[in-house]
Amino acid sequence: MDETRTQPAAVRARGIVKSFGSGDTQVTVLRGIDLDIYQGEMLLLVGESGGGKTTLLSALAGILDIDEGHIDVLGIPLNDLPAGKRTTFRGQTMGFVYQQFNLLPALTAAENVAVPLLIQKTGRHEALQHARAMLDRVGLGDRTEFLPKNLSGGQQQRVAIARALVNEPRLLICDEPTAALDGHTGQKIMELLREVGRSPDRSVIIVTHDSRIFHFGDRMAHLTDGRIVSIEPIAREGTA
Amino acid sequence: MNYVALKMLFGDRAKYLMLLCGLTFAVMLIVQQGSIFWGLMIWSQSSISNLNVPIWVTDPGIAQVDEVKPIADTAVDRVRSVPGVEWAVPLYKGLLRARLANGEYHQITLTGLESSTLIGRPAEVLEGRFEDILQPDAVVLDQWAVERMGGPGVIWVGTVFELNDKLARVVAIAKTQKSFTNIPVIYTTYERAIRYVPRERRTLSYVLAKPKAGLPIDEVTARIREQTGLGAFTAEEFSWKTIGWVLKNTGIGINFGTTILLGFLVGMAIAGQTFYLFTVENLRQFGALKAMGASTFTLAQMILLQAFTVGLTGYGIGLGLATAFGYMTASGGGLPFVETWQLLVLVLAALLTICAFSALISIIKLARLEPAIVFRGA
Repeated sequence: MDETRTQPAAVRARGIVKSFGSGDTQVTVLRGIDLDIYQGEMLLLVGESGGGKTTLLSALAGILDIDEGHIDVLGIPLNDLPAGKRTTFRGQTMGFVYQQFNLLPALTAAENVAVPLLIQKTGRHEALQHARAMLDRVGLGDRTEFLPKNLSGGQQQRVAIARALVNEPRLLICDEPTAALDGHTGQKIMELLREVGRSPDRSVIIVTHDSRIFHFGDRMAHLTDGRIVSIEPIAREGTA
Repeated sequence: MNYVALKMLFGDRAKYLMLLCGLTFAVMLIVQQGSIFWGLMIWSQSSISNLNVPIWVTDPGIAQVDEVKPIADTAVDRVRSVPGVEWAVPLYKGLLRARLANGEYHQITLTGLESSTLIGRPAEVLEGRFEDILQPDAVVLDQWAVERMGGPGVIWVGTVFELNDKLARVVAIAKTQKSFTNIPVIYTTYERAIRYVPRERRTLSYVLAKPKAGLPIDEVTARIREQTGLGAFTAEEFSWKTIGWVLKNTGIGINFGTTILLGFLVGMAIAGQTFYLFTVENLRQFGALKAMGASTFTLAQMILLQAFTVGLTGYGIGLGLATAFGYMTASGGGLPFVETWQLLVLVLAALLTICAFSALISIIKLARLEPAIVFRGA
């Protein structure tokens, strides 16, 4: 937590505890996490494998119930929302970028990007128009009718980013967005995320192992053994 | 999301075709076997439908139309005397052997119609004039008799043969519904039929009757039963009685029922398994949709749309193939094949059950799916 920051917190998590299993086989993955993510910032969540990064990300996104603590997203107590309302809230306020892209193989790039809008009941024609415009913004204006199998890994991740941003989410959640890509493509994807994904009223959370992309973040939270051991601002060339 | 659901369905061509083939096969098998079964049932009561009269009166212990139990000749007058009966006529029906000019013998069903009215005569005549049956020694054959007795080269209008050493001359060929046993049917007058058969104490097989206009047939039939002590049935009752007897005594129902059940189970197994695989293989995608805000209800709608789309497509194709089979093999009435709307509705209901079952196991899987699955690496 940073008491000196002036931006409001988009995400406020306090005392998050999450365990899996029961009895002798119970494993506590998150052990009292406190974390604020501010509007307009890009926070990197780093740490060793099995440290709880993905579990924390799932909890912050409201797709995994926590055992203790509370999470406010944009002022809404996420864990107090009934499952249905939480799903709707997630669809309206969050965008997701995954390690494995998770594009629907039968849908063209434009159709994939349009999916979040279709879920929100936007008309197909209008959704596809928005999707094509968004693909144009991520540099794939000439690939809108391509199926995922005909796109490279980097292009598929661009489509995934366009899909995550098409409904103008207030919170962009990225899980290892460069892990399935080569180093050069990973850098390009991160540049795209900074350029297109960032905005003053949008927070970006990125879980990553990839030290080559650390410099793209504003702050970095280190997670070890279910606890945040440090949260530090990231120094950039010329600003340190 | 309907658009997305259909694109997902058609996008995985191999599984879509597998599903379609499974359901088409199931529909085709059920419709084809069901139609043949019903065709056979129609044949089993063709002795009733071919005569097309409203009321059949006979021995009260009769089990089915082809099991003739002769009754006293006085039965005709007793039925005529029942209030509400418009008319009543005698009918002879019995098995006999015909000897052709070439020396061949054929078992035939001899049907003797009351000569003054010819009530019970076939509606359609293919060759000759049915009224010529009133000429000396005249008989009318149905088209299946011609086929069974050697074809038009052997027996036709004008052909002479023997029935119990007595002369019979073909004067017409009538068109009738084939019978279950496919024994040739020969029509003649009641009086001549009695002369053809060996002398028996009782020769009257049935009394055919009709209720007076405006009177309920069930009421008149019940009255005949009460006042004569005979068995009286409406044509519909007698048909069902005959069908029931065939089902109970021939095992045909179990045979066809087993095949139909197999079609249903195979269809359900193929569709259920393929659909489940389709869902499991797309689990991450469904998880992504859930994470993006798609509710379980929305996903269930997508799954149901996919299931019923492929199901109804399979229904159309399966039905088309079964109908084409029926058209090719059964046109002209040579094979039993009767597609009824009741059967088609029943098959549609069975198919929708298969689709609903297939969709349900996928929906259960999706309802339990945690969208957090998408945050796990491959």
